[in-house]
Amino acid sequence: MKKLINTVDAVVREQMEGMALAHPDLLRVSLEPKYIVRADAPVAGKVALLSGGGSGHEPMHSGFVGQGMLDGACPGEIFTAPTPEQMLACGLEVNSGAGVLLLVKNYTGDVLSFETAAELLHAEGVAVRTVLIDDDVAVKDSLFTAGRRGVGGAVIMEKIAGGAAEAGYDLARLAALARRVNLNTRSMGMALTSCIVPAAGRPTFTLDEAEMEIGIGIHGEPGQQRMALASVDEITTRLASEIIGDGAYTRVVHEFEPATGEWTELTLVNTPFQPGDRVLAFVNSMGGTPVSELYAVYRQLASICAAHGLTIVRNLIGSYVTSLEMQGCSITLTRMDDEMLRCWDAPVNTPALRRGV
Amino acid sequence: MITTTQLEAWLQRAATLLDENKEHLTELDAAIGDADHGANIARGFSAVVQKLAAQPGQPARALFQTTGMTLMSSVGGASGMLYGNFFLKAAGVAGDREALRGDELLAALEAGRDGIVQRGRAALGDKTMIDAWTPALLALKAALAAGQPAATAFRACATAAEQGMRDTLPLQARKGRASYLGERSVGHQDPGATSSYLILRALADTLAAPSEI
Repeated sequence: MKKLINTVDAVVREQMEGMALAHPDLLRVSLEPKYIVRADAPVAGKVALLSGGGSGHEPMHSGFVGQGMLDGACPGEIFTAPTPEQMLACGLEVNSGAGVLLLVKNYTGDVLSFETAAELLHAEGVAVRTVLIDDDVAVKDSLFTAGRRGVGGAVIMEKIAGGAAEAGYDLARLAALARRVNLNTRSMGMALTSCIVPAAGRPTFTLDEAEMEIGIGIHGEPGQQRMALASVDEITTRLASEIIGDGAYTRVVHEFEPATGEWTELTLVNTPFQPGDRVLAFVNSMGGTPVSELYAVYRQLASICAAHGLTIVRNLIGSYVTSLEMQGCSITLTRMDDEMLRCWDAPVNTPALRRGV
Repeated sequence: MITTTQLEAWLQRAATLLDENKEHLTELDAAIGDADHGANIARGFSAVVQKLAAQPGQPARALFQTTGMTLMSSVGGASGMLYGNFFLKAAGVAGDREALRGDELLAALEAGRDGIVQRGRAALGDKTMIDAWTPALLALKAALAAGQPAATAFRACATAAEQGMRDTLPLQARKGRASYLGERSVGHQDPGATSSYLILRALADTLAAPSEI
């Protein structure tokens, strides 16, 4: 294992210390328990957005803390969910009184931890809502599995909800918008190489020089299919076809209801993409793939979208949701409406995403 | 009666047993999960032992509450939440008592198990820790209803948990990370059911009459 680290145990903490030194104008960092909040938190009158998850996906989520995006982020150990204790402390610090919206990627550990945190925050008198992110079309079935994983859609949701929160949306309206972003977002990823979790010291899986894995998660979980390496056009076509051709995915989700302190069961369905849809196209590196290759992906993606009658109205290209040093990419498409576009275009000032300020 | 001193001894014994079996648990988890269950759960229970040593002699509710909060904040991942929730729910039923009757401890364990079901939304047969807990508590309930002494009843509980753990082998996982493997999860014993069995075995061992140990 060759990595720029001191000791395995210190990786997450030292990264946070570095961020605190680099961005004192944007962030404040707590090391015990571990969380990051925007420098001016709590922002008076504004609903606070809080996300988090295992580390190893940087810049997500810590790099999206700042004006126009997240108010707080809780990093766990590498690929391990953060604890409710972190989320409770972070939630109390970012809450201005207008409430806290928890944005939760669908992994069992993250979901259980955020659900506990929602109850703890509620018990402290904080108005809390939760929205699930489950956009990975590589998982087909929701009935017999833990459901689709949360991947690239997290960035899109955090940016759009962030813009809306800044514009003064109340907690219920913000949660409804975030849920709508999720229901209009689909992603799929692939790997050319594995990643190495520092504590493990060796690659999570092995791929031959001539192999790739299609439909991977963001923790080196098994994908849909291992197959012979193909050209960027063929890989892009495969990922885009699965996303665009995805049917009406149905699942049951649980959202926290602040008025009662109970969990509400909702059956949610994604509507398939239709010709004429306006989409945001997000081409993401898994960490080890250079941006030059992402543009080759985007080139082919643009032509496939055009062939399906989808108009790309916005794009995002770069390393945003990574799997440590893994080579590979993911594609995310979000069907956009005017409200979502307005919030996407709103100013943002975070370590990883900055424009309009 | 089962005293809080015995309950503390149970948690210490569970910590030792989980530590001794942590490589086995990690191997089971490597097959169908992410290869961290042994290390995580051993670390969590070791933290519990340290916390309890710092505050000895707590009544049952506080004892379970400390255990639950410590597991939640030190394990990370799903199993810490589930076991943490187990002890928090058990605490709610146990009350500020120095000793519990067998049926009162059963009620606390049932509340804990319901807490796991509620949080994890798993059903019997989903290849999870519930597959150890549910048959174990049914066996315990039956043994206590038949008038058996606590030592015998909690041994029957552990034996049923062990059987439930073995019965996860042919099941296909429907919850957690293992569920993404689909049919490939069949033929592997569930790591969560295994740690649950070890926790209940530690309880039976603690309550066993001296001659039985």
